[in-house]
Amino acid sequence: MYKITGKETLSAGVKLMEIYAPHVSRKAGAGQFVMVRIDEFGERIPLTIADYDRKAGTITIIFQELGKSTLHLGSLNAGDSIATFAGPLGHPTEIADFGTVVCIGGGVGIAPIYPVARALKEAGNRVLSIIGARTGNLLFWEDRMREVSDELIICTDDGSRGRKALVTEPLREILGKKDHETAKVWAIGPAVMMKFVALTTGAFNVPTIVSLNSVMIDGTGMCGGCRVLLEDGARFVCVDGPEFDGHKVNWDNLLSRLSFYREEEKLAMERWEHRCRLDVAAAGGSEDV
Amino acid sequence: MSDLSPEMRMKINRHQMPTQDEHFRRSNFEEVALGYTMETAKKEAERCLQCKKPKCIQGCPVGVLIPQFIKALRAGDMLKAVELMKVKNNLPAICGRVCPQENQCEGKCILGRNGEPVAIGRLERFIGDFELVHRTCPPVRAPKTAKKAAVIGSGPSGLTCAVDLGREGHAVTLFESLHGPGGVLVYGIPEFRLPKKVVADEVNYAVECLGIQLKTDHVIGRSFTLNELVSEYDAVFLGTGAGLPSFMQIPGINLNGVMSANEFLTRVNLMKAYKFPEYDTPVKSGDRVAVIGAGNVAMDAARCSVRLQAIQGQQTGGQTGEVHIVYRRSKDEVPARQEEFRHAEEEGIIFDFLTSPIEIIGDEKGRVRALRCVRMELGSPDASGRRRPVRIAGSEFDLEIDTVIMALGTSPNPVVFVDAEGIERTKNGTAVADPETGRTKMKRVWAGGDVVTGAATVISAMGAGKRAAADINKFLKGEASWE
Ligand SMILES: Cc1cc2nc3c(=O)[nH]c(=O)nc-3n(C[C@H](O)[C@H](O)[C@H](O)COP(=O)(O)OP(=O)(O)OC[C@H]3O[C@@H](n4cnc5c(N)ncnc54)[C@H](O)[C@@H]3O)c2cc1C
Ligand SMILES: Cc1cc2nc3c(=O)[nH]c(=O)nc-3n(C[C@H](O)[C@H](O)[C@H](O)COP(=O)(O)OP(=O)(O)OC[C@H]3O[C@@H](n4cnc5c(N)ncnc54)[C@H](O)[C@@H]3O)c2cc1C
Ligand code: SF4
Ligand code: SF4
Ligand code: FES
Repeated sequence: MYKITGKETLSAGVKLMEIYAPHVSRKAGAGQFVMVRIDEFGERIPLTIADYDRKAGTITIIFQELGKSTLHLGSLNAGDSIATFAGPLGHPTEIADFGTVVCIGGGVGIAPIYPVARALKEAGNRVLSIIGARTGNLLFWEDRMREVSDELIICTDDGSRGRKALVTEPLREILGKKDHETAKVWAIGPAVMMKFVALTTGAFNVPTIVSLNSVMIDGTGMCGGCRVLLEDGARFVCVDGPEFDGHKVNWDNLLSRLSFYREEEKLAMERWEHRCRLDVAAAGGSEDV
Repeated sequence: MSDLSPEMRMKINRHQMPTQDEHFRRSNFEEVALGYTMETAKKEAERCLQCKKPKCIQGCPVGVLIPQFIKALRAGDMLKAVELMKVKNNLPAICGRVCPQENQCEGKCILGRNGEPVAIGRLERFIGDFELVHRTCPPVRAPKTAKKAAVIGSGPSGLTCAVDLGREGHAVTLFESLHGPGGVLVYGIPEFRLPKKVVADEVNYAVECLGIQLKTDHVIGRSFTLNELVSEYDAVFLGTGAGLPSFMQIPGINLNGVMSANEFLTRVNLMKAYKFPEYDTPVKSGDRVAVIGAGNVAMDAARCSVRLQAIQGQQTGGQTGEVHIVYRRSKDEVPARQEEFRHAEEEGIIFDFLTSPIEIIGDEKGRVRALRCVRMELGSPDASGRRRPVRIAGSEFDLEIDTVIMALGTSPNPVVFVDAEGIERTKNGTAVADPETGRTKMKRVWAGGDVVTGAATVISAMGAGKRAAADINKFLKGEASWE
């Protein structure tokens, strides 16, 4: 069992947790992930390592409450424990001094882009960052991102905070400048966002790294469930990735595979909500006594 | 009855294994073969002729003392039977259930020449099950040796190696990447063939009675590397199996509804998707399933599909679907255990022999709609001695299905070899190890099981773990040097 040592709410439905897992923190790096299972009944879900503290033996994860597993995880508190915490998995981000780089984080993708931006900054890069979300109260870590960026652009779909734009708009402006020096772009966020970032940078021929979020089961290369199609064949995201050249990814295949279990996800979520309502009712009942 | 003449023994018929009714069992995951009673086991044991030169032992990959344990069983001395069994085989309750006996011990039994062989596997299972119920921790444990061993992988090879080393008093740590120990025995082979309780009992014995430290969620190559373990432990055993699935190189493999058997079986067995939504992990059973391949893995996937369809049919009141096994050779070449093949037939699986898939066809939503196949005929023998299947020109046809499960070969997962330069590997990705001792080319590292042989059997993996443990023990006690 792995103890939750800290918990914070970052924005609407986005939670941060610190987990005590020295076997993971000792080697963890930016870009890697862990497999998490809450209890005996839980599924194994992948979550990116947002930060780590080797001395304290902890890992920070940040997740968006989307369905049963993430809602359940979000309902736990510091002091509670979870059953499975395996990692660090996948390859760490390749960090070097590339010159000028653009780091893009969309939604909960702001969490995993932060350690990448920080490492790139420490390696000597000029870091331009763009973070975006549907609406302002879904944003978080603006201050942290600003600290590690030479420039930070904030966008929301509805304009409630920063520019009213999709992240691809400022990106296009940066790359559209004749004298832009962007050597590389990193994008982490919803698959659709990464797809459009890759399309945008493709037009300018700027190398682009994306971190793919295919559905995983074991996360150790044993099932092939996480496979994605690149131009030259299939790859397992959990062991070959999770980062890939965004220009080589078959996005439509990834998007279609992500939706395969939608009905079951909905059912699991409804059951969870029902259980929560019963819990609330039971708690209410006991107060009456 | 021990004064029976050989003629009389030969007149006794082989005793049937009671099984769950085939119609009933299609809709549950409980064990199919129910096991002998003490009475039947003793009667079956009476059939053995106690050969002077027992052929059966030659057929067993680890040389289980078959006539000896049968003799003890027949005399009713169960403790002796267990003891004799354990000389060569740590996992009788498992091997008795899953060994391909017809090609091994029973395939060689003298009685098989003119009739049916002694049911060695069933008797072995009986002994194993008896032990599980009656086993207690050893009253005295071997004195601690101050030596530390690391075992990587908790499948049959790793588990056996860990237990044998623990018995000798060494401090053993067993690393497993998944959350559940047991390897293929828990994530691959389904409950209805090998109840998970049997595996859990063996693991509990290792942990509770022998003090073996089990560290799940430790992916070696990531959390720790082999080099790190070698510098921290006196000996390291590599038993990581051959878990990397392969996909056919045909168009359409990434459509929704195409899975490796490993994905399907892991969802169903390790994650208990057959109990969704009580358990969180779902699996799409599919109404019309095609499993490609005809080995044990394919039979397991097909028989799980049948059950999922039946359970779903009961819940929705709908019809149950169809499950096909698509195999490019003929019935005579089916590599699965005989019993599994027979059970699969009984459970209504449709066998498409001499059929090979050439393309998976999707619908506009990216879901599987059909499997395009071609008919085959058997030509001249190939390297394996089996007749090579060749395509019949113009015989293409489409099988209307919605799910494809690939049960092709597997190879060793390379993750463990990160930072392990000293290990020599073949071009198939298997580790090179001495067949007698299990020693690899890397100092103080032993290996055994599927990671060395490629996908093989439980008993051969168990045997490799046992041989390596014997050599490791000698090494740790200073009775053998590395060179
Ligand atoms: C390498 C990797 C790193 C990730 N890092 C993060 C992260 O740091 N923070 C975060 O909030 N999310 C992250 N995700 C996505 C996260 O795993 C899913 O949001 C989570 O599994 C949803 O589970 P659920 O039961 O709450 O929702 P569900 O109802 O199951 O599904 C909601 C959404 O999550 C996707 N999903 C479902 N199951 C899985 C699965 N087993 N693996 C991957 N995706 C799945 C579905 O396609 C669906 O779009 C990451 C995914 C990958 C592959
Ligand atoms: C579906 C199926 C059905 C089968 N049916 C039969 C049958 O009926 N009869 C029979 O004799 N054989 C059968 N087999 C084959 C048999 O199960 C295997 O040959 C046997 O399990 C091999 O044992 P092993 O110990 O070498 O490896 P495995 O059982 O594969 O165990 C290896 C373990 O190592 C772990 N591991 C891998 N990499 C790492 C790492 N980097 N760090 C930590 N841990 C790691 C894995 O998670 C796994 O738990 C079947 C196989 C399958 C897949
Ligand atoms: S271990 Fe397998 S092959 Fe050997 S005697 Fe037992 S059942 Fe037969
Ligand atoms: S070959 Fe058959 S009859 Fe002879 S000892 Fe072995 S099991 Fe008994
Ligand atoms: S999640 Fe199973 S291989 Fe990647």
